[in-house]
Amino acid sequence: MTLGYTLLYLTLIVLIPLSGLFIQTMNLSFAEFWNHVTSPRVVASYRLTFGASFIGAAINAVFGFLIAWCLVRYRFPGRRLMDALVDLPFALPTAVSGIALTTIFSKHGWIGQYLEPLGIKAAYSPIGVVIALTFIGLPFVVRTLQPAIEELEKEAEEAAASLGANRLQTFLRVILPTVFPALLTGFALAFARALGEYGSVVFISGNMPGRTEITSLLIITKLEQYDFAGATAIAVVMLVVSFAILLSINLLQWWFSVGRRRVA
Amino acid sequence: MSPLQETQSLNNQNNLETSVLKPTAKYIDWLSSLVPGLLITLAIGFMALFLVLPLLVIFIEAFKLGLGEYFKSFQDPSAWHAVKLTLIATGISLPLNLVFGIAAAWAIAKFEFVGKSVLITLIDLPFAVSPIISGLIFVLMFGLQGWFGAWLAERDLQIIFAVPGIVLATIFVTFPFVARELIPLMQEQGSDEEQAAISLGATGWQSFFYITLPNIKWAVLYGVILCNARAMGEFGAVSVVSGHIRGKTNTVPLHIEILYNEYNVVAAFAMASLLALMGLVTLALKTFLEWKVQQDRNTTLEPTLAEVH
Repeated sequence: MTLGYTLLYLTLIVLIPLSGLFIQTMNLSFAEFWNHVTSPRVVASYRLTFGASFIGAAINAVFGFLIAWCLVRYRFPGRRLMDALVDLPFALPTAVSGIALTTIFSKHGWIGQYLEPLGIKAAYSPIGVVIALTFIGLPFVVRTLQPAIEELEKEAEEAAASLGANRLQTFLRVILPTVFPALLTGFALAFARALGEYGSVVFISGNMPGRTEITSLLIITKLEQYDFAGATAIAVVMLVVSFAILLSINLLQWWFSVGRRRVA
Repeated sequence: MSPLQETQSLNNQNNLETSVLKPTAKYIDWLSSLVPGLLITLAIGFMALFLVLPLLVIFIEAFKLGLGEYFKSFQDPSAWHAVKLTLIATGISLPLNLVFGIAAAWAIAKFEFVGKSVLITLIDLPFAVSPIISGLIFVLMFGLQGWFGAWLAERDLQIIFAVPGIVLATIFVTFPFVARELIPLMQEQGSDEEQAAISLGATGWQSFFYITLPNIKWAVLYGVILCNARAMGEFGAVSVVSGHIRGKTNTVPLHIEILYNEYNVVAAFAMASLLALMGLVTLALKTFLEWKVQQDRNTTLEPTLAEVH
């Protein structure tokens, strides 16, 4: 009975609406669909969305690793507070983080005023999009890496050191290969989240068509112009891409668990 | 020379020797002792820049013109209406997804059936869908040109650009939260205890309320607070279906957007400070619950350890 209820609720709330999206695209001929999803303005939005998401996820991979490493390996005052704060981007509504980041990085903002004389325009430029996407992706990398770093065996590092490896060698040859699957998973999660992000980006990006317009916003713009076919076609492309990423994350985790079993 | 002094001078000699013979090794030692401090400083610096600063700016901007202006922002009736609508949407979607989460986790953990892993993947689906697309699918279904659009228009029912659409979109985006916290936990616990209770004559409901629920209560609460935070803060999906009618279909995040775009900065940040406060409470509760779960796990481990010894 609970299973029946589970399936019914799932079908009504998730499956029927989602399949509606695909059925709606079936109304388009392939040529129409192709025209919708490859028009210059749409392609420019893909470039920005994918590019900025990739850079944001890469920044998070570096600093997320650093933060996770410090949280697991070192004891220092404020560690617990820092650990709790990592989840702030999950807990803070995206619209709130959006206006906060815009205020900080705009021309007269706390940080923006120092970037302006250097010729760097942070808010209302692609840099702003990267900043927002870095903000929302951070917890994914830290939370995936923490358990992996906890499981690292200190003995292996000590063995490497006693065999004459320096710190850099130990890091590159012993630590990094072991946590790499987790790092890649965290990167992929942050990237996937960034692709669909809307709230934190629309305020800081400035939304100039062809320059700082992300794909999510373009879908909304088309919808507001009653271009349902165009909006749906782009949405299908984005949905297929995020499913593909989700699938590769699952494969990664499977690879990760197989690797661990082999070690054990 | 006493033996103590002797060893001391020997030590000094040794120290002298190493410091004379291997100055580079000492230098490297000194350098590597700096590494943890350096890494921690870098980590804290990054978090201060990306997490603490945005949090601070919300409250500073909200109180920029003093307490009076701050509280004046809430006297606007459309602000109140936005708060009310957010509470309604959360109040409806939270219990629905709570019941679903428990039912789904129960079905998955306590019974064997074909396609279980597919079901788990499907439950996670709304997390993989961009919020804009989550809103779009409901417009395609219930919008004027959607599947049920004509049927609804005939009966003068409005879902899109009205409260039901907002509620539906909120349910969709918060759908997996409770379920995904409970599924791994309940799978781990298995159904031994429930079966024991049933064999001792308990009814299904009794075994649920006296056995299952106490076992999962912290995880349920954990899922609920995460679900609540997302429901109150959802922006993208709700933005697509709401139509932005001031004082009618604006939730708090949407109201913030309007105020901010009207350059009404203090009012925008005053509303934002409410949501930021909600976010901070969420973080505090979450940290507390994680600690509580850890503690529970330790106390259940202790007896088994005692048995071993």
